[in-house]
Amino acid sequence: MKIVVCVKHVPDTTATLEIAPNQKTIETEDLEWVMNPYDEYAVEEAVRLKERFGGEVTVLSLGDEEAENIVLTALAMGADRGIILQPEEPITDPYLIAKVLAGKLSEMEFDIVLFGKRSIDYNNHQVGTMVAELLGIPSVSSVNKLEILDGKVRARREIEGGAAEIVEVEMPVVITAEKDLNQPRYVSFRGLALARRKPIEYEDVEVEGEEGLEIEKLEYPPEKKPGRIVGEGPEAVPLLVKLLREEAKVI
Amino acid sequence: MGGILVFAEQRDGEFRRVAFEAVSEARRLKERIGGPVAALLIGHNVGGLTETLGRYGAEKLYVADHEFLARYSGEAYRNIFLDAIERMKPSMIVVGSTAMGRDLVPRIAAKLGVPAAMEVTEIIVEDGVVRVKRPIQMGKIIATYRLRSEPYIIVIRPNTFPVEELEEPVSPAVEVIDASKHIEGVRDRVVDFVAAEKKMMDLTEAPVIVSGGRGLGGPEPFKMLWELAELLGGTVGASRAAVDAGWISHDHQVGLTGKIVSPNLYIAVGISGQIQHKVGCINSKVIVAINKDPEAPIFEFADYGIVGDLFEVVPRLIEEIKKLKQSKS
Repeated sequence: MKIVVCVKHVPDTTATLEIAPNQKTIETEDLEWVMNPYDEYAVEEAVRLKERFGGEVTVLSLGDEEAENIVLTALAMGADRGIILQPEEPITDPYLIAKVLAGKLSEMEFDIVLFGKRSIDYNNHQVGTMVAELLGIPSVSSVNKLEILDGKVRARREIEGGAAEIVEVEMPVVITAEKDLNQPRYVSFRGLALARRKPIEYEDVEVEGEEGLEIEKLEYPPEKKPGRIVGEGPEAVPLLVKLLREEAKVI
Repeated sequence: MGGILVFAEQRDGEFRRVAFEAVSEARRLKERIGGPVAALLIGHNVGGLTETLGRYGAEKLYVADHEFLARYSGEAYRNIFLDAIERMKPSMIVVGSTAMGRDLVPRIAAKLGVPAAMEVTEIIVEDGVVRVKRPIQMGKIIATYRLRSEPYIIVIRPNTFPVEELEEPVSPAVEVIDASKHIEGVRDRVVDFVAAEKKMMDLTEAPVIVSGGRGLGGPEPFKMLWELAELLGGTVGASRAAVDAGWISHDHQVGLTGKIVSPNLYIAVGISGQIQHKVGCINSKVIVAINKDPEAPIFEFADYGIVGDLFEVVPRLIEEIKKLKQSKS
């Protein structure tokens, strides 16, 4: 089975972010980067599919040195080779990102392409599904259980209110991963060292088209005033209820 | 042509509340965008639902009704959506951010060759320029985007845009879209549907959420959170710690790898309030924290806090709410 998994680097979730003086980007110096959490589930699933059905896992990413570290992590988890596409300028428009990825994928052979359902940095939540549409292949998004039966994919996606849909599709297919699809494995230092021996290709890509979504301004959310401690223990409950009713007017 | 096309999501004959939020917002923007407010309704036996949308200002409805559409199919719904867009040629498309909306929108956006603005919390239209605000970087930053390619596709966060019923409802003109040709050749099929164990309100739409964390110590105490939530007309949430411990299922998780919620009232019980949880609940109108640790970060952003043992505080809270309800009735 030929599997491709697309990964993205994002600022460490606990990092404090600073808006650059241009007010359109964040300061990236000194920033720690990690693999987008949803992509970890995608990589883990890709490696499990390979372990079960044989084949090869290719990691595909967009970017520069930060991307390389993330691709290395995926290789350490068990992927076989990496491809890093390098546009001249960084792109944030999700349609243009999808176009670049679909362009590369259209030259490749694959049965399954896996993505995280969304990236936690720009939260555009669309690239994986868009890539499938641009390639003209089916897709299932936000999948938390994946099975392959008689060459067909059965994917479970959670919908609201605790219900779930089981979707059946043929390969080739794009799947985007929800949390709980699996339990991603840890990467050891030794694993990372070994991953350095695996091949990573770099490729310049041209981005055609204008940005349809243009960031004009970044700002910090309004500071939330710290609230107050109403009291201690169950004796504080009547006052809390009074405040919720008369001051906050929410009950 | 122009105008605004809203996707009016329904499942099993019930509209999602965010559909009304989307139609209401479209009506507020109508003057500035120009053209009518239309809604797209897809499903099976949905004929009885058409008048409802007129109450919020939908003047026109595109309706596709077919047995196959009783369950969501990304490709079939996409084909119908594109047909409606082709007929109406809207300037703007508004969809709620739901499991269905987030699957459907990238499909139509890709076919139209434009990006979609997801999880939007504000739409600003000035002198013909469309901008949106949306939280990025886990809510640490609010970004203002200018939308440059028509049609502008905007996916709104539930519980954020007010629902407004018109004093004089309109009776929408219905245009039927023949679904049969759009179903042909569809490759994704829902072959099975797993109903919820307990029919519950979705977290993103609930007006009240009572959430439990590590402090609960096990699955059992969630029962009292359910009791409190039901008394307040809401539902139950959880922190990642509680979900990962297996005390409650993932669809209840609030936070970074769970849901982003914005209820009127969020009660965090035994939750310390790490950044990963904070990003999920910070948009709640009022946050109440109950925690035995006065140093817990949750108290830094809760509006009201009680320091104490949750096993004493929550039962008392249930008792007081019951009293309140009795005195009201």
